[in-house]
Amino acid sequence: MRVIVDRERCVAAGSCVITSPAVFDQNDEDGKVVLLIGTPDEKLREEVLESVNVCPVAALSVAD
Amino acid sequence: MSDLVDTCPHAQPRPFPLERTGCPLDPAPEYAVLRETEPVSRVKLKFNGREAWLLTRYEDVRQMLVDPRFSSNMADPGYPLQFAFPMELLGKVKPALLHMDPPEHTAHRMMLMPELSVKRVEAMRPRTQEIVDECIDAMLSHGGPVDLVSMLSMPVPSIGMCELVGVPQESADLFHRWVTLLVTQGSAEEHASANAEVEMLLHQLIADRQKNPGDDLISSLLKRNATENELEPADISALVRAMIAAGHESTVNGISVGALVLLQHPEQADWLRAHPELSGQAVDELSRYSSISDHGTVRVALEDVEIGGRLIRAGEGVICSLSASNHDPAVFKDPNTLDLTRREARHNVAFGFGRHQCAGQMLVRMQLEVVFTTLLRRIPGLRLDAALDELPFKANALIDGLHELPVTW
Ligand code: HEM
Ligand code: SF4
Repeated sequence: MRVIVDRERCVAAGSCVITSPAVFDQNDEDGKVVLLIGTPDEKLREEVLESVNVCPVAALSVAD
Repeated sequence: MSDLVDTCPHAQPRPFPLERTGCPLDPAPEYAVLRETEPVSRVKLKFNGREAWLLTRYEDVRQMLVDPRFSSNMADPGYPLQFAFPMELLGKVKPALLHMDPPEHTAHRMMLMPELSVKRVEAMRPRTQEIVDECIDAMLSHGGPVDLVSMLSMPVPSIGMCELVGVPQESADLFHRWVTLLVTQGSAEEHASANAEVEMLLHQLIADRQKNPGDDLISSLLKRNATENELEPADISALVRAMIAAGHESTVNGISVGALVLLQHPEQADWLRAHPELSGQAVDELSRYSSISDHGTVRVALEDVEIGGRLIRAGEGVICSLSASNHDPAVFKDPNTLDLTRREARHNVAFGFGRHQCAGQMLVRMQLEVVFTTLLRRIPGLRLDAALDELPFKANALIDGLHELPVTW
């Protein structure tokens, strides 16, 4: 699984960070999403998909 | 207006807000019917007679709130305005963050957001715990019965906001008086003079922090603005006021209503007392279940857009029912049941969706976690000291809340 973040869209709501803290963080400077792991382990799939779902601006997606 | 007939299934739009019969904590019963039979329906605001579309389905609400063809501009004649605003000033004064559209909205919002990130909010947790403990110490030493609203719901966010913004000790009383006025019914003169005083206070604070930066929110905003943005000092002041206006009353109400919901569900309260480490999930479910900000999330269409199979025309207003969305059985099984273990609770839209989603939601979430786990742990025998139907709920308010919540133990 590969995670794709669109930092342009991100509005720094933080939902991905509380949903999947191993994969997402926020940049101290602008509050926007930072990808900690680009290709997370399969066992994180469910929570990563949940982050994709709760992101308010569709800034997150996954490939395969 | 003849073309409205094509899209309008009812000659008579429903008066809005809908009547809430039964328990004052439950959503208006008609929401469930509309969601099934007419998920995009016509309503007429009781406040000012304006007509608008009402969305009651979770998917429709999320779709509309991410669509850039809908605007938050309250000066637009089609905007479903639901609060008093001097009409002669509409379109003349600068809009607050909540009423801006991109690119202005993006510039202002992204100034503020780094201050309210998950990490920043976590750093505030120990101090929040101290504040909550002090409030509960005061409740315990007073002895029951006490009013939970004035002893817990009001001081926790008020002290928290004061310290976040960096209001100095000697002006704290003025600040608390102002935020208390925001949530109670003072006279127009009281409001006007408190507003003027706070305007002065923020003005002085900004001037002072420009010279002597500290580690408070205003100093950080000024520092970020100096390197990245070109907002005026007046814009910074407006941003801080917008944050307080959007954040204070809603958090006060969130604490009061959440505490009441827990008192009405003792078996759920027992579960939370036993699982304080899952308080984030519990707060998600309490936010979903109570959806205290039901219909303040509104937009106006800039172009013709189809939502839920209906054509919304350019210039028409749209009201999202966040409560109806959060009780949509397509997303939340047994939606009228409070279940703090509910997995899908995170998907609630109690804080809105799209680019205006609540800027303070991580802060509220942390504050509510600390408040509810501490309250249940330190006063395990807490109970309501009045009948539910005697409680003074805030009537006709945009955000559900209580004027008082008598409790004892
Ligand atoms: C239980 C408490 C709260 C609830 C239920 C709540 C709810 C909401 C909702 C539904 C919106 C979106 C409105 C829209 O899309 O038109 C919103 C926006 C906002 N909220 Fe909150 N809120 C709460 C607490 C707070 C706090 C504590 C703060 C600040 C520290 C805050 C600051 C804001 C701001 C600045 C916006 C506007 C964001 C923007 O336009 O980009 N809120 N809130
Ligand atoms: S949930 Fe979306 S908007 Fe929020 S921080 Fe993550 S990517 Fe950004």
